[in-house]
Amino acid sequence: MVKYVVSPEEILETLEMLRSQKLDIRTITMGISLRDCTGTSAEEVGGKLYDKITGVASRLVQVGEDIEREYGIPIINKRISVTPLALVADSLSPREMVKVGSYLDRAAREVGVNFIGGFSALVHKGYTRGDLALINAIPETLAGTERVCASVNVGTTKAGINMDAVSLLGQIIKQTAELTAAEDGIGCAKLVVFCNAPEDNPFMAGAFHGVGEPEVTINIGISGPGVVLNVVKQHPEADLGTLSNLIKNTAFKITRMGELVGRVASQRLGVDFGIVDLSLAPTPAVGDSVAEILEAMGLERCGTHGTTAALALLNDAVKKGGAMASSYVGGLSGAFIPVSEDNGMIEAVEAGSLTLDKLEAMTSVCSVGLDMIALPGDTPAETIAAIIADEAAIGLINCKTTAVRIIPAPGKQEGDWIEFGGLLGRAPVMKVNRFASHDFVRRGGRIPAPIQALTN
Amino acid sequence: MVGEEGHRLIITVVGHDRVGIIAGISGILAAANVNILDISQTILQGFFTMVMVVDSKASTVELAELKELLVKKGEELGLVVNVQHEDVFRFMHRI
Repeated sequence: MVKYVVSPEEILETLEMLRSQKLDIRTITMGISLRDCTGTSAEEVGGKLYDKITGVASRLVQVGEDIEREYGIPIINKRISVTPLALVADSLSPREMVKVGSYLDRAAREVGVNFIGGFSALVHKGYTRGDLALINAIPETLAGTERVCASVNVGTTKAGINMDAVSLLGQIIKQTAELTAAEDGIGCAKLVVFCNAPEDNPFMAGAFHGVGEPEVTINIGISGPGVVLNVVKQHPEADLGTLSNLIKNTAFKITRMGELVGRVASQRLGVDFGIVDLSLAPTPAVGDSVAEILEAMGLERCGTHGTTAALALLNDAVKKGGAMASSYVGGLSGAFIPVSEDNGMIEAVEAGSLTLDKLEAMTSVCSVGLDMIALPGDTPAETIAAIIADEAAIGLINCKTTAVRIIPAPGKQEGDWIEFGGLLGRAPVMKVNRFASHDFVRRGGRIPAPIQALTN
Repeated sequence: MVGEEGHRLIITVVGHDRVGIIAGISGILAAANVNILDISQTILQGFFTMVMVVDSKASTVELAELKELLVKKGEELGLVVNVQHEDVFRFMHRI
């Protein structure tokens, strides 16, 4: 008689997580180096990267779907990240960069992935010509392509913050919104501005394949707010230490799924297994919300006093449990708090409980930043730049990743709604501080690396 | 070790108890030359629950097809049938 490997109760617990608590693998992201795709024209670079991506990733979607079927674990997205394109196409003009972007889009469509990340530049200390060309090509690229995602790293704890780039990106975000005005500025949902960007992040829109990465790698983004919500709801009387432990145990189990999928996928594809990103990634579905977890912990509404503390506990417990479950942890690894992609966050904004300022405070204790937030269309570029600077400063001083993905929705005012649909969701336009930051932003230059950088 | 070489599947059947559940499921398995290693039945949260561990090494049909046949049989009997690789459970609950 063969003994059970696990007990029937444990089998049913797993089934329950998968069936009713929306446990899934959010993304299998294949990182591909494009460092061998350099050239002197858009056609040369584009042709090379198209051939490489469509060759290397030809089986990605099929393998993902096979694993999903055999193991019964939903895998929501199959995606690709590539070497920051500014490095690959450094000699090209903005016009040519836009063309290269269209090759990326076509390659993504050909292999069947819904997003490809890496229309990116790392400019934390300054620009090369190619960096500047790429940044200036972002609005047209995001307006003219469907699947390309862009990101720019404007600061690191080691280098400080490039405020010239921050200022420029305020304008780039405005231009991107205007070029995609017909769809409420959806282009901005595909653009992330980072401080301390990770090189192995599997999540869009900020994924790129860093320069220290191997030729090809598989990174996994897990999910599971619903599973954590369930365990928190089941223990209304637990004190916070006990609750932390319960969340840790749950995070461990969720992460093991990511570890399994990552190992199997990399083995079948014959590529290195990179990392599991220990993130709680919400979706607009009811019960799949980080805000609802915070509320289940005892807050009347997400955003009220106590929210930052509750989020800090949640984020830490997820990391502690997850770190034990995976051989390699990386990426962003933390709870995400995107507004438009989290039904509880949307409701908290609507109820007047959650504000932009509170969200900023929350980003100092979790991953990753001001994410998927709609702002009035007339928000000045300098104010957007100042929002980016604030967020980057939090990352800079706390040696963590922070990011900004905001949408100044053309023609919309506070209280209006933007609608993207699907995983990107919908969001109420939030209030922005009306006092000007112009003169501060226009000073430009670099905010020096903080004393925390001097660790040697 | 990843269970890529492993052929053990876990079949779970959840619903209301009735005549013919084991016969229905095991008939399909026998026809596909899938060996049953263990069966357990229990009532969990008010539902009849059957868990089967099977070895699909010598299976004459592809996993996807086997799964479809079992899920269809489950629907006929008013039951929810899941077929998953054993590693899903082993990975989550054992180190």
